[in-house]
Amino acid sequence: MSEHTDSRQKQAVPHLTSSFAMSSAKDVLPDANGHFGIYGGRFVAETLMVPLEELRQTYESYRNDPDFIGELDTDLQQYVGRPSPLYFAQRWTQHLGGAQIYLKREDLNHTGAHKVNNTIGQALLAKRMGKTRIIAETGAGQHGVASATVAARLGLECVVYMGAEDIKRQTINVYRMRLLGAEVRAVESGSKTLKDALNEAMRDWVTNVDNTFYIIGTVAGPHPYPAMVRDFQAIIGREARQQCQQQTGRLPDTLVACVGGGSNAIGLFYPFLQDAGVSMVGVEAAGDGLDTGRHAAPLCAGRSGVLHGNRTYLMQDSDGQIIETHSISAGLDYPGVGPEHAWLKDAGRVEYVAITDAEALAAFHDLTKIEGIIPALESSHALAYVTKAAPNMSQDKIIVVNLSGRGDKDIHTVAALEGIRV
Amino acid sequence: MSRISTCFKDLHLEGRKALIPYITAGDPDPGDTVPLAHAFVKAGADIIELGVPFSDPMADGPVIQRASERALAQHINLPQVLAMVREFRQQDSKTPVVLMGYLNPIEAMGYQVFAQAAAQAGVDGILVVDMPPEEAKALVTEITQFEMDPIFLIAPTTSKERIKIICDIARGYVYYVSLKGVTGAATLDVASVAHNIAQIRNETDLPIGVGFGIKDAESAKTIAGVADAVVVGSAIIQKIEQQMSRRSNMIEEAAALIASMRRAMDAEINKVTS
Repeated sequence: MSEHTDSRQKQAVPHLTSSFAMSSAKDVLPDANGHFGIYGGRFVAETLMVPLEELRQTYESYRNDPDFIGELDTDLQQYVGRPSPLYFAQRWTQHLGGAQIYLKREDLNHTGAHKVNNTIGQALLAKRMGKTRIIAETGAGQHGVASATVAARLGLECVVYMGAEDIKRQTINVYRMRLLGAEVRAVESGSKTLKDALNEAMRDWVTNVDNTFYIIGTVAGPHPYPAMVRDFQAIIGREARQQCQQQTGRLPDTLVACVGGGSNAIGLFYPFLQDAGVSMVGVEAAGDGLDTGRHAAPLCAGRSGVLHGNRTYLMQDSDGQIIETHSISAGLDYPGVGPEHAWLKDAGRVEYVAITDAEALAAFHDLTKIEGIIPALESSHALAYVTKAAPNMSQDKIIVVNLSGRGDKDIHTVAALEGIRV
Repeated sequence: MSRISTCFKDLHLEGRKALIPYITAGDPDPGDTVPLAHAFVKAGADIIELGVPFSDPMADGPVIQRASERALAQHINLPQVLAMVREFRQQDSKTPVVLMGYLNPIEAMGYQVFAQAAAQAGVDGILVVDMPPEEAKALVTEITQFEMDPIFLIAPTTSKERIKIICDIARGYVYYVSLKGVTGAATLDVASVAHNIAQIRNETDLPIGVGFGIKDAESAKTIAGVADAVVVGSAIIQKIEQQMSRRSNMIEEAAALIASMRRAMDAEINKVTS
């Protein structure tokens, strides 16, 4: 075991370096204007067009730059704690009695979720662009915490926009951001949730674009964000691919990840897209159920439209107004989804399903009791799909599920649902 | 010649500048929109910009956000906005009407259906805030096919190359955003506006309107000194908000703001020409 761990650590840096640089060669999407088929693009007011193009050029110039990649890899290894383990959930596998289940442990990252993979990368770009101030939007608070964390480390001013409703639901993360020195600004407009926080962050950026870098937390927004965030998160899939081969001698049969904006899912899926034998399932939030209308599943039950700088599947009414979403998990409570997911759905490469609040909650308890791992409610949606799918698969099949975050932040939500005051 | 081009040509002959008030359709009440528009024309407005409410107005400041929310609370949709234009046209066949809003309601209606319905209702120009030229080809084709003008924004951040791209696709007029920010924000830097307008004039003969940050007669007058049109939005909505509870005066108060701007702008022109 120790020998295995040692060799992995020794290999970590060159492995990450070469893979990150290589990813540019096989990128066919998005196209030069940020389109994934009919999706994506750059739908913003004119003021942001030049700053977005500057960001794209900066990103393109650094993504293959040895100094940048070296700094990123060192940070990911020594600050975030990468590589994150691929853990064989033996008892849970036995309990479900079908496919072998492996968990990609993004919950073990510094700050407790996959979000930091991206904020580290974007903050390094901010520093190179000479920006002194970063802003971010957040729903559950995980991306806000990850942004506040890297801002603290780099000595940058940080403002996090968060819907007033979400601030009420996520008091611990709000306090955490403030401890880290960030200013948390409550957003009182619209539905007072993640989508409105994103609107407000965009308004801040357009006003302070000279000194401010906007760290978008997911694979949505105007080009280059969907591609850039994907590339920073693809470390998840690159590691999982190599770990699965090392630990099982082959590639997995199925990948499963939850999809809100879709960054942890794209991060896991992307390095496997060319592997025809690997099927992929993205799990949206069905809330109270797709037929109730109270959900957050644009890919399963929405239709194409334009919001937040890109064309994608959206939750909207017949007039094209964005409608309020519902999910037990604040991190999935978003009416849009990354444009690459919209494209992967239409292309038939990834299957998208939805899991209700109740199903996610049951999986939350299962994993906690059977494996001693408390998962985030977001990730619990992916786990709940596994509880349905694994028993129907033979025991020689392998599922890799992205455990995108840990559930400490959700303890109060779960306790309250059970009538317990913590 | 489109109603917008005719309007600018006539003004040019008179040595005057266009005054373009913006209101959000359906704010504060659906029944107010057409009377407000008529009152503005009477007070000296040359073109009416009619905002199509959207749930996520990313480029707007708090004042126009609130107007959008009030309109949406009354379920105003794009077909109803077009019905308001149709009603306006029954008494006014001359004043151009420009729809200003975000792309998604138009996507939901369908580009061709929308363009045909808008033209039939008497709309003259379309300004989609979150649709830069790179993403505009399909909709611009429909808009121009129905002889309406696609209107585009130019910002302080816009490069010389982009100004050219924008002016190539734009018709009617171009809308120069006077500052980095959202609607209704901070104060104007007139010197920089004048400098940037000179840059735009190198690339196009289209009239140039200036908006964002014009609050009163004084700032309208200043901008009229350098631009072809003055766009005012948040200041009007604020006036409407102040008067919402005393509804009897609302339209008069809002129109009075337009009239004061008109007087100031014309006085400036008279001074320059005399």
